[in-house]
Formats: sequence, structure tokens, C-alpha cells
Amino acid sequence: MNVKVIKVGEDILGANEEKARANKSRLDGYGVLTVDIMSSPGAGKTSLIMATIKHMKDKASTAVIEGDVASSVDADKINEMGIPVVQINTAGGCHLDANMVEIALNGLPLEDTDLLLIENVGNLICPNAFILGEDKRVMISSMPEGDDKPYKYPAMFADSDVVLLNKIDLQPHLEFDVDNFKKIVTGLNPDVIFLPVSCKTGEGMDAWFDWLESVVKGKKKK
Amino acid sequence: MHEYSITESMLSLALEKANEASASKITGINLVVGDLSGVVKECVQFYFDFLARGTIASGAELAFEAKPTQVRCHKCDNVFTPSDGNWACPECHETGIEIVSGRECYMESIEVE
Repeated sequence: MNVKVIKVGEDILGANEEKARANKSRLDGYGVLTVDIMSSPGAGKTSLIMATIKHMKDKASTAVIEGDVASSVDADKINEMGIPVVQINTAGGCHLDANMVEIALNGLPLEDTDLLLIENVGNLICPNAFILGEDKRVMISSMPEGDDKPYKYPAMFADSDVVLLNKIDLQPHLEFDVDNFKKIVTGLNPDVIFLPVSCKTGEGMDAWFDWLESVVKGKKKK
Repeated sequence: MHEYSITESMLSLALEKANEASASKITGINLVVGDLSGVVKECVQFYFDFLARGTIASGAELAFEAKPTQVRCHKCDNVFTPSDGNWACPECHETGIEIVSGRECYMESIEVE
């Protein structure tokens, strides 16, 4: 039998990207500003989402997709706040993909939603490789993780529109060089919006809310 | 664990291309994987051996071409491979860079009968 070589030259995640584009156009149709929130486990994704829901209460209708390996602990907290939420359990999977998000969108009132927050699975290795249909990618890095994280996970930092440095209230207890961290992050990603915050004390959160409100408004106008 | 979903996508792309060419067997799959893609080739091989069972790709040999991480300095345009934990330009010591290679994760070709 003759062996033939067939040229392919296609991205392995092309099918995910196609589905993500379909999600994006569906969300665009409803004017829903969609944010993919990525970080390591415990950096503050759920705290950020809860603080954001409270702040946006009278400003925008928010919905949430919660991605976790297992459990509905986070979704239960958001559900108690009276916000539409769909939990995705990835059953061991380390990231959300566009197909999971497509299914989750079916469970949300998109026609009444201005802002969709997607909490990705806590992981710094691969969530950035799987686009979901989002408008913006926000990454949280928290002070206890150390200021060398951008060099260890450069692609995550390079792919984010916003990097939030969370837990700045812990600075007195840590050897974390904020200037050095900012220099590395902006070195990898010159267009990034860098915001030091504390979801716990509220310090710095106004800058985050201002940015989010402006992008939500920008999307509605279109 | 992301290798599982990457392998699933890779296998389905290979089967689709083989089907389009009316091939009866896939004997090899040539992949290009960047150092920054976070893909561990041994994991892909492991999942592939399992997922390809019962398909025309069963037993296909996977070949991986590795692409090293390369970045370009914003200041002096020098292209270099960062050393561990040091992404500053070795020429001008600037820290502003752009990733030019290392994120690849694509299928170059398949070999079929």
C-alpha cells in the first residue's frame, strides 16, 4: 500500500475556535458584554465576581457561568444573591471550552443580560488556549502567589486584557515587589490594564468597576 | 489534563482529513508544538493510544516538532530565547518583549494509506 502525505496545516484547537466565534456572535446579538475570568485556584475569582455583582446591581443585569472541576459551592453563593447562574463541572478537566459555554448559555436569560461573568477553572496553564466567545479576558494574580508568576506562566499574562493584582491588603506580610511585577507584566503585554486591588477591603476596586462599566456601556451602544 | 481534550480534537481533525481523502488507514500524524503551548507530548501519545482504538488512526505514529520560545525585544528588535526566569533582552536589557514563537499547536500533515 502506498503511503500518501496529506498537508493539513490547521490549528488543533480550530474546532473550539469555531464554536467560540458562534458563542461570540450569539452574545453580540443580545449586546451581552462577556468577561472570562482566569486565575490560579484561590486567587479571588469568586470574591471578585461577588463584589462585582454587588456593585453592578443597579447598573447592569449580570449573569454568571461558574466553572469548577467539581461542586456547586461557588454557584450556590451567587444563586443566593439572586443572580442567574449556571454551574459547569468539568469532571477533572482543567479549563472551560467553547462547547461547555455554548451549553451553559442555553440556561441563561441572555435577552435580559448586560454583563456575563465566566469564572474559568482555577489554573494558570491552559485556560488562555481555549477561547470561549468572550469580549475581554481578565486575569487575577494574588500577592501571596509571588511576583515571579508572569515569568512562569507568560502566555496567561500576555493574553489578558486586564491583570488584577489581588490581596494587596496582605502586602505588609509579604515580600512582593509591585513595581517589579508591573514591569514584568507590562513587558509581556504592553497594552494590559494593570490594577492592584483588594476584594476584601475594597481598595482599588473603583478602578476595576469604572473599567467594567465603560466596556459594558460600550457594548450596549453597538 | 488539557492534553486529553487536545488529543480528542487532534484525532477528530486527523480522521476528518483522512476521510476527505478516502484513506483507509492513518499511519502517521505530524504535529508542531511550541514550548509555551503547555502540551506534554508523552501525555498526548498516551491519550492517543487510548482514544484511537477502533478507528483507522489506531497505531498511527505521532511525530512532534518542538518550537522553542522566541521573543522579540520592543526596544532593539533582537530575537532571543529567554532563559529560565529571565526574559530581559540580553543585548539591551529591556524587559518589554513580544512572543514571536513557542505557542504553536497545529497539525502539519498526516500520512495515510
